[in-house]
Amino acid sequence: MSWEAVIGLEVHVQLAADSKIFSGASTRFGSEPNSQASLVDLGMPGTLPVLNEKVLDMALLFGLAIDAEVTGHSVFARKNYFYPDLPKGYQTSQFDHPVVGKGHLRIVLDDGTEKTLGITRAHLEEDAGKSLHEGFGGMTGIDLNRAGTPLLEIVSEPDMRSGTEAVAYLKKLHSIVRYLGISDGNMAEGSMRCDANVSVRRSGETAFGHRTEIKNVNSFRFVDKAINHEIERQIDVLEDGGRIEQETRLYDADKNETRSMRTKEEADDYRYFPCPDLLPVRVTDDDLQRLRADMPELPDSKRARFVHDYELSAYDAHVLVAERAVAEYFEATVSAAGGEAKLSANWITSELLGMLNREELSIEHARITPQQLGTIIRRIQDGTISSKIAKQVFEAVWNDEGDPDTVIEQQGLKQMSDSGELEAIVEQVLADNAEQVEAYKAAEPKKRKKMFGFFVGQVMKATGGKANPQQANALIEQKLEQ
Amino acid sequence: MHDKTLTQLKAGLDAGDFSARELTEHLLARIEQLDPRLNSFVTRTAEQARAQADAADQARAAGTNAPLAGLPLAHKDIFCTDGVRTACGSRMLDNFVAPYDATVVEKMQAAGAVMLGKTNMDEFAMGSSNETSYYGPARNPWNTDKVPGGSSGGSAAAVAARLTPAATGTDTGGSIRQPAALNGLTGLKPTYGRVSRWGMIAFASSLDQAGPLARTAEDCALLLGAMAGHDPKDSTCVDRPVEDYSAALTGDIQGLKIGLPEQFFPEHLDGRIGDATREAVRELEKRGAKVQWVSLPHLDLSVPAYYVIAPAEASSNLARFDGVRYGYRCAQPQSLEDLYKRSRAEGFGSEVKRRILVGTYALSEGYYEAYYGRAQRVRTRIRDDFQKALSEVDVLLGPTAPECAFDIGAKTDDPVTMYMQDVFTIAVNLAGLPALSMPAGLVDGLPVGVQAIGDYFREGRILNLAHAFQQATDWHEKAPAFGGEA
Repeated sequence: MSWEAVIGLEVHVQLAADSKIFSGASTRFGSEPNSQASLVDLGMPGTLPVLNEKVLDMALLFGLAIDAEVTGHSVFARKNYFYPDLPKGYQTSQFDHPVVGKGHLRIVLDDGTEKTLGITRAHLEEDAGKSLHEGFGGMTGIDLNRAGTPLLEIVSEPDMRSGTEAVAYLKKLHSIVRYLGISDGNMAEGSMRCDANVSVRRSGETAFGHRTEIKNVNSFRFVDKAINHEIERQIDVLEDGGRIEQETRLYDADKNETRSMRTKEEADDYRYFPCPDLLPVRVTDDDLQRLRADMPELPDSKRARFVHDYELSAYDAHVLVAERAVAEYFEATVSAAGGEAKLSANWITSELLGMLNREELSIEHARITPQQLGTIIRRIQDGTISSKIAKQVFEAVWNDEGDPDTVIEQQGLKQMSDSGELEAIVEQVLADNAEQVEAYKAAEPKKRKKMFGFFVGQVMKATGGKANPQQANALIEQKLEQ
Repeated sequence: MHDKTLTQLKAGLDAGDFSARELTEHLLARIEQLDPRLNSFVTRTAEQARAQADAADQARAAGTNAPLAGLPLAHKDIFCTDGVRTACGSRMLDNFVAPYDATVVEKMQAAGAVMLGKTNMDEFAMGSSNETSYYGPARNPWNTDKVPGGSSGGSAAAVAARLTPAATGTDTGGSIRQPAALNGLTGLKPTYGRVSRWGMIAFASSLDQAGPLARTAEDCALLLGAMAGHDPKDSTCVDRPVEDYSAALTGDIQGLKIGLPEQFFPEHLDGRIGDATREAVRELEKRGAKVQWVSLPHLDLSVPAYYVIAPAEASSNLARFDGVRYGYRCAQPQSLEDLYKRSRAEGFGSEVKRRILVGTYALSEGYYEAYYGRAQRVRTRIRDDFQKALSEVDVLLGPTAPECAFDIGAKTDDPVTMYMQDVFTIAVNLAGLPALSMPAGLVDGLPVGVQAIGDYFREGRILNLAHAFQQATDWHEKAPAFGGEA
């Protein structure tokens, strides 16, 4: 009997505000411990929070981007618990009146299938500080620089059915928050953190099984691995006649396993209540109107436009729009390539993204500009260079050897367009390989195709790849028929 | 000099009868000599006071004249004072030197006031007698065996004993008005949001409000004008122009409609307090006020609702006192849990612990609706009652406290009886309205206070009522015999 997994994600997104959610302190990453903790962040007696309005705008922008119910009324609440890096003894968050209500987003899987996933809510809250357990001689150090950093917690519906879908959801969120400019989405620096709720049930059942929450899955790769591992673990337990404990589990990336952190019996009572230091947040239609006017084109509509305007495949368009900067690079390239969209898309999705991936660079650090790439594509189009040579030009530009035209000129990479010169080379190649010519002529027509390729290869070799492939083909055919 | 009101001292300074430095030295000496018998100050800031007084004298000589230039006052030890210990009546903060000034402190300083020191108070403002203070009870100068009331008991005792002409206080359920009543003073709790709470150590954030304690309505008007106003550091502080309170004191109350809530005159009320209140009403009628009965039908629910809401907020507000960053830390903690448990068990007194427990319980899963949720609905009803009554009349009037100053120790074993001290004041905090207490008689040599409650942001109106009353009577001029020899 087969099993079905049910997955929901809780994603904490660090909002890209210069100052903290309730104080004027800076949110810069990596400063001296406690150098960016104000009186408010330190939880000094008598201090009070004041909401950073920019953070509210960011949350609302996200709500609009996922077509969510954005009610005009939300309330900050206190989540009470004791922890050394939680200076006030409570976290200011939102509970029963979040800033963003029900919404949804669409994912595209690698096989091209699309799926709409529900988002239950998104709410604003402050981050805690950090406990540092090393370097204090058995004591614990507290760094409150991060305390008060604005977070948007995005809670999905239990709509995902595999680790792959969870990754696609997370990547889509990543894409949206970066498009909106509300977060850098940097998972390595903790700007995006993910907890996964996982359960399994027999295929066809509608009730949910007992779920576990997996903490600490902080890269796209780990999300997939941790969830798949947990799904397998749960199936094993159930098939062995056991039952799933509702509990929190921690993912250990080194061992690729999850292990129990705490069970529900030990769960805390957070004693949520409305924070009396902050007024309920009121959002007017004018506020929403203003934000809608600022809304950039989002991945879904950009994708639709790319398919329609550039006649790209849905998949190519999906890959190109995932990152706003890549989409912008693409459009600049198309324009530099004289409107050649299909080739531009191919070059970006294979050569450019492949190169960036190998060198672990982001598109902002690409060592070839859209103008340069567009020139290369134009040179392919006008027959100056072959596609194969174009890759050589691309690498030369990447390695700072000059602009495409300069590289083509200086390194003599122009295609051979003089048919007399090429003809002589073809004749030489055939003369040098008389045995193969004989064999070719004796062979059955269906075997000839493969043998023909040999002569093309030899001609390319002899010309250093500069022969125009169509011309070479025609000449070889002509000579062999003689 | 110490017999003069703040307004009289201001005139004396303006006339050059004495300098701010002379005035400050006189009061510092008086505190030095008399306060050991009162325990109204927990910290004296003599050096700072002298420097501020000298600065005020220089400013005056230079022709600049801030509204409170050279006028001495004391701050309740709940207000953070930069570089000065701010203990909030608790062992928990006995070692805490605040790194910043509360907005109230900053504003008073900007207005030229001279800070003499920090006054005793119930621990974290939780109490009605000043007996929960880690520093021991302050005493009532009218009878040093009696309590001065609370939680701003030290401020009230110090003003009544003429150790300072004025002091700041805070009022969460009556903590300015009840001590004012028990010490024969005028004390005002402003509308919630009128005065910034920045730097005021929180007890119950939705109820806490700072205000002045002084001898007369005139003095309170002067002080409130300097304290009030918008503060971007407090989201609940209202951005609304500050009325000229001194200008509001015309003494004319002709046609003012006064409502007497029937629930403020229950059968079991001490008859002498009821008589004093009715006598005050007659005096106000003589000056042209119109009096009628009104009703606050849910008033009896205010004490139970308050003792859910205030402890609930306090249980969260006091969570930051955990021994980690500042304040009391237990010796030799064995683990994180041990650090928390012992630091808080040893750092907090029993009344604070009682309220933290009550509040934690009220917010617990499964009990939240039954306690906190219901208390909030009661709060809405109480607010509606007041709104309705204040749509019929301009001001509500009644006794401030159900009894006069009681013996130290008389109620410490019975928290509920202690909580009933605030039966007439608590509802005002739940509604967020402004109210003051003014002296209106003496019973067995102890002062009686009458409370006037106004509509939102109508501090000027209740101050004017008190001013009119003080023009017609001399209860506010009565002084305790204490310290008369000095």
